Amino acid sequence: MQGFLASWRLYGRTDRMLRNIFGILAVLLPLLLWSAVSYLPFVWHPQVLITDPGGEEYLETGMRMNRADFARAVTEMQEQHQPVPQGIPSNPVYLPSPGDVLSAFVHAFTSSAPVGAEHSITQAFAHSIRIIFWGFVISSVMGVPLGIMCGSIPAVARLVEPAVDFFRYLPAPAFGALAVAILGIYDAPKIAIIVIGTLFQQILVIANTTRKLDFSLVEASRTLGAKGLRLLFRVVIPGILPDLYRDQRILLGWAWTYLIVAELIGTSSGITWFITQQARYQHFDNVFAAMALIGIVGLGTDMVLGVVGRKLFTWKRENG
Amino acid sequence: MIDHVEHALPDYRILPPDVAARMEQIKKRDYVLEIDRVTKVFTQKRNRTVALDSIEFGVHRRELVCVVGPSGCGKSTLIRILAGLEDATEGRILMDGKPVRGPGSDRGMVFQKYTLFPWLDVCRNVMFGIEMGGVDRLEAQRQAMQWLQMIGLEQFATAYPHQLSGGMQQRVAIARALAASPRVLLMDESFSALDAQTRTKMQNYLMEIWRKIDITIVFITHDLDEAIYLADRILVLKPHPGQVEEVIEVPLSRPRRAEQMTSAEFLATKAHLEGLIRSFGASDDMDEDEVTIDLPLLTLVTDQVE
Repeated sequence: MQGFLASWRLYGRTDRMLRNIFGILAVLLPLLLWSAVSYLPFVWHPQVLITDPGGEEYLETGMRMNRADFARAVTEMQEQHQPVPQGIPSNPVYLPSPGDVLSAFVHAFTSSAPVGAEHSITQAFAHSIRIIFWGFVISSVMGVPLGIMCGSIPAVARLVEPAVDFFRYLPAPAFGALAVAILGIYDAPKIAIIVIGTLFQQILVIANTTRKLDFSLVEASRTLGAKGLRLLFRVVIPGILPDLYRDQRILLGWAWTYLIVAELIGTSSGITWFITQQARYQHFDNVFAAMALIGIVGLGTDMVLGVVGRKLFTWKRENG
Repeated sequence: MIDHVEHALPDYRILPPDVAARMEQIKKRDYVLEIDRVTKVFTQKRNRTVALDSIEFGVHRRELVCVVGPSGCGKSTLIRILAGLEDATEGRILMDGKPVRGPGSDRGMVFQKYTLFPWLDVCRNVMFGIEMGGVDRLEAQRQAMQWLQMIGLEQFATAYPHQLSGGMQQRVAIARALAASPRVLLMDESFSALDAQTRTKMQNYLMEIWRKIDITIVFITHDLDEAIYLADRILVLKPHPGQVEEVIEVPLSRPRRAEQMTSAEFLATKAHLEGLIRSFGASDDMDEDEVTIDLPLLTLVTDQVE
């Protein structure tokens, strides 16, 4: 109990068990809230799902309407001595229940694609991941070396950073039409958008990380006779590597945010296309399942990368 | 307290015969490191601060020189110029008679901060300077292990710096600097972050190493005891602008022992140094006894409650 209270204090201490409990609650509480809203009719359920239209002509089975309208229809039918419409309280169509989403999610992995490309979540998602992967790789191949050089060589910083700072403020979607004109309508412009969205941030963030390297380490290595490329590869890069790794993790998240834009230009594709299609058909359980998949994959990757990072850079963690 | 002792103290300038003989010997040797009218001016907007003003000094081979002075006398700037980490505004640094520019492995440095590479284990840290000298990996490792043996840390060869205490880290830093086989070892308040006990131990370590290898040491400190205990000669700088005030030849015989710190010669030298430093005034890290503290009564203090 004391430990529980301490974990709420500013900079308080927590033990391992409490951290695990909080971690589980972090997932469970939102799910419980969602379940309560979905399954307990008295919590929200502002609409009625028609199960039997009765005598009302404009009603159909499976239709949703506001409670007040439904009540009016019922009284109307009662006054006209016709069969009364039947219905059950329900949430709006845009809020499916956890069960519906779960079954859509399971369905996505078990069923094969009915027609054409990308009719299942998994296919659409695989396409999205390919776009992200190549976008991020291409951006990193240019951005990481350039960022390190900007951070360590003043002349490069002066030459490159003003231009980068300018492009950084141009929203990546603004390049959409240009990218399509130059690169065609398929995957190339999408990858280009991800690169444009990520690269400029990447250069500046990594330049900053490089600048923050403890300068006394550079000075110490200079008095030991290190200079030029040796200084760069033996001191600067190993010294910033843990922070560089963390930056890349954060930038990968940035790349994901540009995915939505990228997939809407040229021919729509990938998970975004899947989501917009399903939303058009009002299959919101599929929409939610797709969103959950993005979240789970994103969180999973980040957690794996985090664990790998702690394993790789033990000296940094224990250094405080 | 010093005043009533002072009458009984000998003149710090009178060297005991053995020390005088040693001093003669040292002075016959060539200069390894020469500071040739070095001036350093910092310009910040319209403020011009003269940190060092025409410093002239020569360090003989295998000499141990300490540089003391109140804060603001530019002693840290001086050692950074010696190391090549900063450029002198005027004047030059000569190594074995040849002017040098920029840092180089002929002038090793041990910093006040712990500057071991945290991503390398102890052995690799010591190997760093050797490898920079173009020695291949296996040979570098062999030499590094010898150095670790010398400082008594060979069992920590595979430990990482963060696993070592501050004193051990500085020992490794000294080994790392020496392993690159410099002519001069520059030490910038290297022991000031350590606790008093460790510091005394480190001073003895340093002198022990210095006896065994051909190395010239320039040691910056603000601790007068440390300066007198270690040095053959003490270079006293005065602040605003930084100039050489005096060069003191320490009247203590070698090898030095902790008991010498209570000898009359030691106390006389220290009294003189303290007097010098105090005469510079306005220094904030040494003459704390001059500060008169005038506090109002903050809490209820009575005879019952101490």
